[in-house]
Amino acid sequence: MADIVLDKVTKAFPDGTLAVQEFNLEIADGEFVILVGPSGCGKSTTLNMIAGLEDISSGELRIDGQRVNDKAPRDRDIAMVFQSYALYPNMTVRENMAFPLKLAKLSKEEIDRKVDEAAKVLELTALLDRKPANLSGGQRQRVAMGRAIVRSPKAFLMDEPLSNLDAKLRVQMRTVVSRLQKRLGTTTVYVTHDQTEAMTLGDRVVIMRAGAIQQVGEPQELYDNPRNLFVAGFIGSPSMNFLPATVSEGRLRTSLGDFPLGDRMRQQVSDSGGDLIVGIRPEHFEDASLIEDSIRQRGAEFEATADLVESMGSDKYVYFTVEGEKASAAELEELAADAGGGDLPSGGSNLVCRFSAESRVKEGDTARVWVNLDKIHLFDPSDGRNVTLHEGKSSGVVS
Amino acid sequence: MTTAETAEKPTTHSVRAQRKAKARISEGKRQERKLGWLLCAPAAFVMLAVTAYPILYSVWLSFQRFDLKFPDQREFIGLGNYWTVLSNDYWWTAFGITMLITVVTVAVELVLGMALAWIMFRTLVGRGLVRTAALIPYGIVTVVAAFSWRFAWTPETGYLAGVFGEGAPLTERASSLAIIMLAEIWKTTPFMALLLMAGLALVPDDLLKAASMDGATGWQRFTKVMLPVMKPAILVALLFRTLDAFRVFDNIYVLTAGANNTSSVSMLAYNNLIRGLNLGIGSTMSVLIFIAVAIIAFIFVKLFGTAAPGSEEGGRR
Ligand SMILES: Nc1ncnc2c1ncn2[C@@H]1O[C@H](COP(=O)(O)OP(=O)(O)OP(=O)(O)O)[C@@H](O)[C@H]1O
Ligand SMILES: [Mg+2]
Repeated sequence: MADIVLDKVTKAFPDGTLAVQEFNLEIADGEFVILVGPSGCGKSTTLNMIAGLEDISSGELRIDGQRVNDKAPRDRDIAMVFQSYALYPNMTVRENMAFPLKLAKLSKEEIDRKVDEAAKVLELTALLDRKPANLSGGQRQRVAMGRAIVRSPKAFLMDEPLSNLDAKLRVQMRTVVSRLQKRLGTTTVYVTHDQTEAMTLGDRVVIMRAGAIQQVGEPQELYDNPRNLFVAGFIGSPSMNFLPATVSEGRLRTSLGDFPLGDRMRQQVSDSGGDLIVGIRPEHFEDASLIEDSIRQRGAEFEATADLVESMGSDKYVYFTVEGEKASAAELEELAADAGGGDLPSGGSNLVCRFSAESRVKEGDTARVWVNLDKIHLFDPSDGRNVTLHEGKSSGVVS
Repeated sequence: MTTAETAEKPTTHSVRAQRKAKARISEGKRQERKLGWLLCAPAAFVMLAVTAYPILYSVWLSFQRFDLKFPDQREFIGLGNYWTVLSNDYWWTAFGITMLITVVTVAVELVLGMALAWIMFRTLVGRGLVRTAALIPYGIVTVVAAFSWRFAWTPETGYLAGVFGEGAPLTERASSLAIIMLAEIWKTTPFMALLLMAGLALVPDDLLKAASMDGATGWQRFTKVMLPVMKPAILVALLFRTLDAFRVFDNIYVLTAGANNTSSVSMLAYNNLIRGLNLGIGSTMSVLIFIAVAIIAFIFVKLFGTAAPGSEEGGRR
């Protein structure tokens, strides 16, 4: 077990691609850290540098306080799980798991004992004599995990270990990974671009974009206090709604209506001036008829026509189209590109709201919608910064 | 589990439906197979005409005493020719020489070819140039290459003649064999390398990375991960080269013409058949070579499980 420190680690490929830039991160002993970000943002490259499979162009990597930049992978005592599982096709499950131990020249009895133990933990005992070709995806994944845990390494590195599994199995394996890590208490760096995995698995999440860290924090903190547009849009599903806004005469003017600004907000916003983007999470809307008077004045109301209502049982997703311009910023375009879906062909912005199940709103209805002004974020479209952050915490519009 | 459960108590109705479906599928399959045969019939016919006929004709000739110098004595003698050949010292000497050339050249080619394949696979700059340069020997006609080797070793004029002191290396048995093998190796190593490079491409990058993480040294990665994954490709390369090497002819014909007991079995068959005009004995030797080649192929396919790369169990998804 070990702590891992990345100190201004940078990777420039020979062709000039700057895959990772000045990556700073301190991973504590036993911590479970998630690297998440859109495709091509440098997650795998970062992981490979920690593993030693990729040279570090500049900066320093320390494991247990020791500089390891120039150490070969085999001297770093780190285990890795690959997306492709990378099982040796010519070896049985037992031989696969025993491989690192054999190379470490352990005695036959000890190898057998450790492999049997790991096989028991991962429920692989019945499969020990099979070849990888004759295993299901989930079983192969478990063998890959088993090969990593048998030798009790200082740290685990996992590069999208679950993304080749189908959705149901992925949920199942997620809990297996989580339990295993808690039980072993081994420092783990886990790469994913599934945000459910990011939110549920890790102690801390590192959000990356184009080779640079955007924000590091506990999942809830990232969700509540995103430092910029990118983080705000990346975390959360369905994602945050973004609308263009301006401030004048102490009021926030949006296509949903004009909202009052609190004193502190007015100060924070005045120095940014000009155009803004307002970000509101789906759950911070509610059917106005269901709002109790005690909290009603913390927000504002507006009317809109529901395009589509999806009932999830526990709650309802209601989709509106808001007339007027769309919010535009480089970050938002990048997020849309990563999500794969181009913009829907509609005149205005799409608004996704989560109402409680009691809401009677139906498709085509004009609904009165209440929005919680305490929870909304304002972003500067030029650099994507969250201007409502105050000492790292977000402040709503009314405060 | 689930299949066992569902198969346990099928209703009669579903059984009948299944059987019907099965029959329909196999009917479709049969049609498909028929079409398949029809489509390859022309090729199969040509193959039969150009290979099966000569082979069968050789076998027929090998059962006869048939020397064109004494055409009147033509007569069916069964296995007589085989007895003559197999009890003859010349045959066994040639056979030994052939085996020696085969084993040595294929072994050396495997090692060199692997190194060459690795270089071709790993070069990042000037990849095309490296590959082209490596393949040049294979692109030269064997006889032409053999002549240039002969000139190179000719005393007085050859540029290699003086390398191992005075004397004519192509006039002594050991040095002649060494030169024949050298020419063979020089010529066909690129072919070996090409086949092995296809095998190298079969090894996923992640597998080598995983092995590094598991603590393998470069050599261990090669022997414990790459070689086993490449095994099908290596066996195919070995099979091709062994069969080829066993039929060695051109180099010997040009370099020594079989002098000083350097004949291979192919050389011997040629001498008897074309030079000696003894169709019976020559054909017998050809048939024996054919049998030897078949045995080699059989050993590779059945004993080592040689198959096309990727069709082996490990390569299946
Ligand atoms: N060998 C290489 N040479 C040049 N550029 C490379 C090389 N490997 C990766 N890159 C580039 O570096 C960037 C980061 O790649 P990386 O594989 O780390 O992305 P990733 O975050 O893991 O993406 P994904 O989620 O798709 O796996 C990409 O822009 C990629 O094109
Ligand atoms: Mg990746």
